[in-house]
Amino acid sequence: MLSHAYLIPLLPLAGFLVLALFGRRIGEPWAGWLGTATVAGSFVLSLVTYGALLGRTGSGREVTDVVYNWIPAIPHSGFQVSASLLVDPLSMTMVLFVTGISTLIHLYSIGYMDGDGDFPKFFLYLNLFVASMLVLVLGGNLLMTFVGWEGVGVCSYWLISFWFGRDSAASAGKKAFLYNRVADVGFLLAMFLVFERTGTLSYGSAGGGGFLGQAASLPPSTRTAVCLLLFLAAAGKSAQFPLFPWLADAMEGPTPVSALIHAATMVTAGVYLMCRIGPLLSLSHTAQLVVSIVGVGTAFVAASIGCAQQDIKKVLAYSTVSQLGYMFLAVGTGAYEAAIFLMVAHAFFKGLLFLGAGSVIHGLHDEQDLKRMGNLRRYMKLTFWTVSVGVVAIAGIPPLSGFFAKGDVLDNAFAGSLFPWKVMWAVGLATALLTAYYMTRLLVLAFLGDDRWKAVVDGGRAKKDPHESPWVMTVPLVVLAVLAVVGGALNLPGHLSFDPLRWLAPVFGPGAFEEHLSGSSQWVLGVVDALVALVGAGVAFRLWSRETERPALEPALLQRSWYLDEVTDATLGRPGQALARMAASFDTRVIDGAVTGVARLTRGAGSGLRRVQTGYVRQYALGITVGLVVLVGYVTFLAVAR
Amino acid sequence: MSVPYQWDIVLSMLLFSIGAVGVLVRRNILVMFMCIELMLNAANLAFVSFARHLNDVAGQAIVFFVLVVAAAEVVVGLGIVVAMFRRRRGATADDFHLMKG
Repeated sequence: MLSHAYLIPLLPLAGFLVLALFGRRIGEPWAGWLGTATVAGSFVLSLVTYGALLGRTGSGREVTDVVYNWIPAIPHSGFQVSASLLVDPLSMTMVLFVTGISTLIHLYSIGYMDGDGDFPKFFLYLNLFVASMLVLVLGGNLLMTFVGWEGVGVCSYWLISFWFGRDSAASAGKKAFLYNRVADVGFLLAMFLVFERTGTLSYGSAGGGGFLGQAASLPPSTRTAVCLLLFLAAAGKSAQFPLFPWLADAMEGPTPVSALIHAATMVTAGVYLMCRIGPLLSLSHTAQLVVSIVGVGTAFVAASIGCAQQDIKKVLAYSTVSQLGYMFLAVGTGAYEAAIFLMVAHAFFKGLLFLGAGSVIHGLHDEQDLKRMGNLRRYMKLTFWTVSVGVVAIAGIPPLSGFFAKGDVLDNAFAGSLFPWKVMWAVGLATALLTAYYMTRLLVLAFLGDDRWKAVVDGGRAKKDPHESPWVMTVPLVVLAVLAVVGGALNLPGHLSFDPLRWLAPVFGPGAFEEHLSGSSQWVLGVVDALVALVGAGVAFRLWSRETERPALEPALLQRSWYLDEVTDATLGRPGQALARMAASFDTRVIDGAVTGVARLTRGAGSGLRRVQTGYVRQYALGITVGLVVLVGYVTFLAVAR
Repeated sequence: MSVPYQWDIVLSMLLFSIGAVGVLVRRNILVMFMCIELMLNAANLAFVSFARHLNDVAGQAIVFFVLVVAAAEVVVGLGIVVAMFRRRRGATADDFHLMKG
């Protein structure tokens, strides 16, 4: 079965092709069911592959599957790349949760996109996205990963601006694309550097001949450079400081897109990449420190912004950025397993929260403002309960998955050997407090309190009563809620016969960090985490359940996301525009000026000379005669002068 | 005793100058034609006298070419003059300045 891993990305790709050719004819809702079926097929295939991989031991768990020789060896450089898939515990864990979540969100989209004019096109993009994401995680070398990386990037662009008739959606798509382009430069440069130094691009961690196996023999500066360049790419894709503003704007896309691409899967690609190069990253302390500082800083900044947002999706978007920051903190401390654990758990509860938000938006007929919701608990019971589960999970209240996952990250930071990691742990804990606060605020504003949406008059008529969503939308909610509850069991301390995360360890090489905390300190840290979460949730409940307008708690600084857009605009946008304007004036003045100058000169000369052509024959004759006389005179003069 | 060839040349120059001035100052197209013929024949005279002086027959041969070309030119030119007469009475060159730039 392992040699058939290529079928996993191929199935959604086939769905994409069928939808591209016949999507309009298949129409609604069968196009959606087709898309869902192909992804579900991938999920089944990856379950089988995962099982087959479990049956193996040791180095047998790293299978490189060469599909075909993509770029044959180029003479003199030895550059050779094959379209290969790397099937190992890390990639299969990713594949499993990507296909699983994608299946649920495809199903949900059938309900959410119901009645949209471009229904088949939506599933076309969604299937292409899943195929690209699977190529990204399964790719056996940097170039294959890059293909998937760009594939998900372009799908993200298409899906953010899916409703491109709206100006804001179109420009949000462009913004996402540009931020990612800037970051992708890092990926390209890293590939060049890796090939220049090692002569290969394939991963091959455990002596597979890839560059990760040669990590130890590379000079430290190269290791740091490669890691930091790839981190630049990861920071773009995973929305880390200062490249995160695009993710908030990306909420212009349909909500299932926000759930699938901008919460559960694509934005974790950066974390995946950093985990994949774990053996290299572990050898560069500078890079590790940079990654964890950026990570924890982003986590805190984004969480603080999330506290002051009004748009339900924006809150979730900044929450995603914040959680991704946690994952990078884990990666930076070398705790790759904790990063993957949080990534999977986050996919469950953040997917759930986004789908719940989508259900609310759908039920309230496209209302996204938290201040115009309230008391939805009465109208949307199932959505209320599932979202509550998501909120409790992300807030880190035991025994839900978020508690274990976030606790794992924080414990690893606390146990870090260097001083800075203690500071990072403290910042991480503060972020956990904020997380519990803003998520509870969201829950309270949306589902409790008065029916504020009744006061909203839309175009002269009051809003219709909200309604619960159809079953295709609630089933994924329930499934994800169950996963969000039990997801913490993935990494329970104890001696289970199969530990789904521990078996990832060989992938990350010997440099991976493992916390060594005594049982009692783990208990203490766990209690501290839980208390912080409860305090955050309690404060938010007290503050927001009675009052909905508290301007002091929503300062402009946080509402405008620390003025990061304004700073970017002032430092990069406006100088860039000035440069462009200069270039434009150079073009019109100098380059166009030369062209029009030649034309003007010719025209001037012509209009001057045309006076000579009078049409009187005798004047021409006079001209000829005078010319003749002058010529003869000149010749005579020459003859005489000699 | 023969006439010195310089006299022929002077005569040729006189004829040419008369022709040139005629072309410049006269407005009647027929007279301008005659003046052009005068200039051509002045050139012919120069050719012949140089041919005799230099004892080279090529000059005399060229005269035949000039005569043929002059005949052709007259045919075309008179054709034009007749056509012009049909369109308007008179043959004044200055009336025809349609080709003004």
